[in-house]
Amino acid sequence: MTVSLAGVELKNPIIPASGTFGYGREYAELYDLDILGSFSWKGTTGAPRLGNPQPRIAETAGGMLNAVGLQNPGIDAVIETEVPNIAKLFHGPVIANVGGFSIEEYAENCRKLNDVDQVAILEVNISCPNVHAGGKNFGCDPKAAAEVTRAVKAVAKKPVFMKLTPNVTDIAEIARACAGAGADGLCLINTLLGMRIDLRSRKPVIANRTGGLSGPAVFPVALRMVWDVYEAVDIPIIGCGGVSSAEDAAEMMLAGAAAVEVGAANLKDPYACKTIVENLPALCEKLGVAHISELTGGAHQ
Amino acid sequence: MKKSLFTLERIRPLTADTYELLLSGDTSAITAPGQFVNIELPGKFLRRPISICDWSSADLTLLVKVVGGGTQELVDLAPGTKLDVLSGLGNGFDRSLAGAHPILAGGGIGVAPLYGLARRMLQAGTVPTVALGFRMAADAFYLEEFEALGCRLSVATEDGSLGTRGFVTSCIQAAPACDYVLACGPLPMLKAVHGLPQLRDGQFSFEARMGCGFGACMGCTVPTKNGYKRVCKDGPILYKEEIIWDTFS
Repeated sequence: MTVSLAGVELKNPIIPASGTFGYGREYAELYDLDILGSFSWKGTTGAPRLGNPQPRIAETAGGMLNAVGLQNPGIDAVIETEVPNIAKLFHGPVIANVGGFSIEEYAENCRKLNDVDQVAILEVNISCPNVHAGGKNFGCDPKAAAEVTRAVKAVAKKPVFMKLTPNVTDIAEIARACAGAGADGLCLINTLLGMRIDLRSRKPVIANRTGGLSGPAVFPVALRMVWDVYEAVDIPIIGCGGVSSAEDAAEMMLAGAAAVEVGAANLKDPYACKTIVENLPALCEKLGVAHISELTGGAHQ
Repeated sequence: MKKSLFTLERIRPLTADTYELLLSGDTSAITAPGQFVNIELPGKFLRRPISICDWSSADLTLLVKVVGGGTQELVDLAPGTKLDVLSGLGNGFDRSLAGAHPILAGGGIGVAPLYGLARRMLQAGTVPTVALGFRMAADAFYLEEFEALGCRLSVATEDGSLGTRGFVTSCIQAAPACDYVLACGPLPMLKAVHGLPQLRDGQFSFEARMGCGFGACMGCTVPTKNGYKRVCKDGPILYKEEIIWDTFS
């Protein structure tokens, strides 16, 4: 079941996605995290953040909206408190999801992780507003996405995966910009911007007005984008978006993913990743796949 | 927390929009009244968090008010239906802090967790005073059940059609010896109860729109005077001195 991401070996391709798995604590009460390929920790910024006001969650057909707003204790507290705790809960390579509101912040956060041995991959979330550019999202502009990539690559001693937003016209263009700036890999997709309105109050359900859509509803969108990006670049892709079964994971790999992140499914079923990991070998056997990495890009003929 | 299948045994209507559900299954993860379960429903992505009214080693009583499509679906289920349930979620009420003169204050569907709490207090030798508030007599439920336990019960309705005319705060003020409150109900009620000077301390149960219900997604975090708390995992019970009311709008 092993897969390789820019030289980092994972025992299987299943990775809980950032923001649905905290820093591992809640799930470690339920199952042995060592069955996982890796996990992507909660998006971490330079300063601690409370995040957005309540309510932050709304339901929709086939998924949910969230506007948590990058609530996290800040990179220093994570390194001091969460990293030693993660070492007790999980013994594989960890993916550090890093946020930022300026190019300098991204670079500084990544630099601080150079000496954290268990962090094997930096997953740079560029779906954040750039406070120095009127709040324009880094991930929506190929130039800004490339600038973040270059700045992070200049300081990072670990493979850098840029996590792309789907809220763009042509995700392949952003992917090419990141690859051209030296990214070691890509992770896609982040959530799709959405909204719900309460009929009685006539106000958006989420206090932030908009939230990110995740869950099975986004799976075909994510699959199509992984397909497009696989055609556009030659660096490994972590496929993410609406995966909730071993079959979904295999489909994501056929579209071009080298590994697969599972997000919202964990919130509905805290054992979702465990079940997928357990079901993958039988699925591979059924599909006549000798090694799971054969699936990657298998639909591109 | 435990994830397991429960069987819906029985549904009993209590009022026009409120139902009592009896589920059988493994309740071993439930440790305190005031905890909740998170129920998966066919066709809904998010589970529905429902407060535990009472439980025994083999079954679970829930009181459900229909407030939307999910709760409607829940009360329309046929007995015999198997439900995927996360049980034993949240911190629950801490009875050990309530002293000799506790008052349990419930508003509307917030009455639910107070029943299991009252039963356990009585078992432990404390007779709680129970103050329940409803909009009108037709909305009231579980009064006979509380009386059968042997609680001191008082009721308020907004229109005066049953008990005292007014709010649950009037019932609390009519029991001046009570100095510790355990409360569950709508926000304005909780806030009004919180402001009563006769209460030296208390515990307040909060609602939130939750993603996971077990502390992973940060969907329900609120600031408190003791730092950020997840209503689902660090709550739903918050303590009197730590609540920041501006957080809840």
